[in-house]
Amino acid sequence: MAEFLSLHDAVARYVDDGATVCMEGFTHLIPFAAGHEVIRQGKRELTLIRMTPDLIYDQLIGAGCVKKLIFSWGGNPGVGSLHRLRDAVEKGWPHKIEILEHSHAAMACAYEAGAAGLPLAVLRGYVGSDLPKVNDQIKFIDCPFTGEPLAAVPSVRPDVSIVHAQKADRQGNVLVEGIIGVQKEAVLAAKSSIVTVEEVVDDLGVEPNACVIPGWAISAIAVAEQGAYPSYAHGYYPRNNRFYKEWDTIARDRDAFSTWLDENVYNAGGAQQ
Amino acid sequence: MSTDYTSAEMMTVTAARALENGMTCFVGIGLPSEAANLARLTHAPDVVLIYESGTLQTMPEVLPLSIGDGELCESALTTVSVPEMFRYWLQGGHVSVGFLGTAQIDRFANLNTTLIGDYAAPKVRLPGGGGAPEIATCAGEVFVTLKHSKRTFVKDVDFVTTLGFGRDGKGRDGVPNIGKGPTRVITDLCMMRPDPDTKELTVTSLHPGVTKEDVIEATGWEIRFTDALETTPEPYARELEVLRELKERTARHHAGEAPGERS
Repeated sequence: MAEFLSLHDAVARYVDDGATVCMEGFTHLIPFAAGHEVIRQGKRELTLIRMTPDLIYDQLIGAGCVKKLIFSWGGNPGVGSLHRLRDAVEKGWPHKIEILEHSHAAMACAYEAGAAGLPLAVLRGYVGSDLPKVNDQIKFIDCPFTGEPLAAVPSVRPDVSIVHAQKADRQGNVLVEGIIGVQKEAVLAAKSSIVTVEEVVDDLGVEPNACVIPGWAISAIAVAEQGAYPSYAHGYYPRNNRFYKEWDTIARDRDAFSTWLDENVYNAGGAQQ
Repeated sequence: MSTDYTSAEMMTVTAARALENGMTCFVGIGLPSEAANLARLTHAPDVVLIYESGTLQTMPEVLPLSIGDGELCESALTTVSVPEMFRYWLQGGHVSVGFLGTAQIDRFANLNTTLIGDYAAPKVRLPGGGGAPEIATCAGEVFVTLKHSKRTFVKDVDFVTTLGFGRDGKGRDGVPNIGKGPTRVITDLCMMRPDPDTKELTVTSLHPGVTKEDVIEATGWEIRFTDALETTPEPYARELEVLRELKERTARHHAGEAPGERS
């Protein structure tokens, strides 16, 4: 049964140095508040998994929390590069990070396989791509029934997954609405999970086929109002596209980034941007 | 007809015209999204647009900045999870055309969005594959649109992120359950198609006012022209009007949001 914790306590309890962590949310519902809490608590040597690293992992990489990144598209959506990711890969600042890259299709399948408790995901993928040459976690197998060659990748089985959702009820059942990405899969694939929510309500008021994650499948719930900002929460607040554009300037420069991090994360307590 | 248009508008209109009414299109962000929505707002009102964020049959009022903008979800028939999108809808064979952009393309229409230089020590690290590797192989066919320059049109890409026709043009031969691959490449100078035999990209149509020399100058290999070289039809006034309104609406929408600091 999900335990209601403060964001600080949830991160302190479930995110260990050296852990494998997924913070998911496909452009929507990105758990920024939780990511900032991980930075504030100075977590180190993390292996981060996420389809689209986005600004949240750019910040974690720049803050020195990351040892390895597993991803499938590492840009600032609609804007350009993630400059902290690039600086780490190209110049080793603040230190070198290891990267392992996939395609979206493979990562989506790997999350689904993780949720299904399987060791691998199988897909018709990577045909003719050079990605298998640089990622030894991509293999090819023959279908035992038809002989068709298919790609196989290991399932995603993180130590902890962190996602953001609109709301939880008092039993800790969570409703995710809008673009639901791989949030449900990420939670079910992980040993532990933290879900941050905009609010806790008496009644989720769900339709029969809504995307609900039962409280008994979640480790901890933490209320984080505007916890997905500057990404968005469908029905609550829009994506701040202007900030995504401004990030390009902030993240391009190491000093500007460090200043931003001081002002908006380290010195922002629990009410961080 | 109108003569008052930019080369970027010519590219978008030509790319839009490649989409036919009734096609199901898996749309990449940026130029492909602009072209696909122009098609939907002009000659192809029933084109089905799908974005990898899970939005099926979406009809955005403004162009999304990201692949997962709320606008895409709110104007969609339905929104599915990302695994369902890739497994059921793309891999399951429901997409007739994938519409992609790229950072680099080579003579066999292989796409590179991974990096410039060597993998271990990249000169420039690009975002990576995203949805493209499987869109390009699972969709019935692929349209590619990007601006023409020697930097983007190279003889051999540094890294094959996404298969066109492979390093030798034979990358799809004998592969089961694979789409036709890139059938059109639309730039601000011309339209290219793969040669039916060699699969090498060949110019089939020059945009009005563009010369062969312009294309040769902007291409990193010895580009060939088909014998039956055509001139691309000019945009209609109506297409330009709809495109400009769409872009204006989009600019107003994205500028009108709260500043970076949280209130």
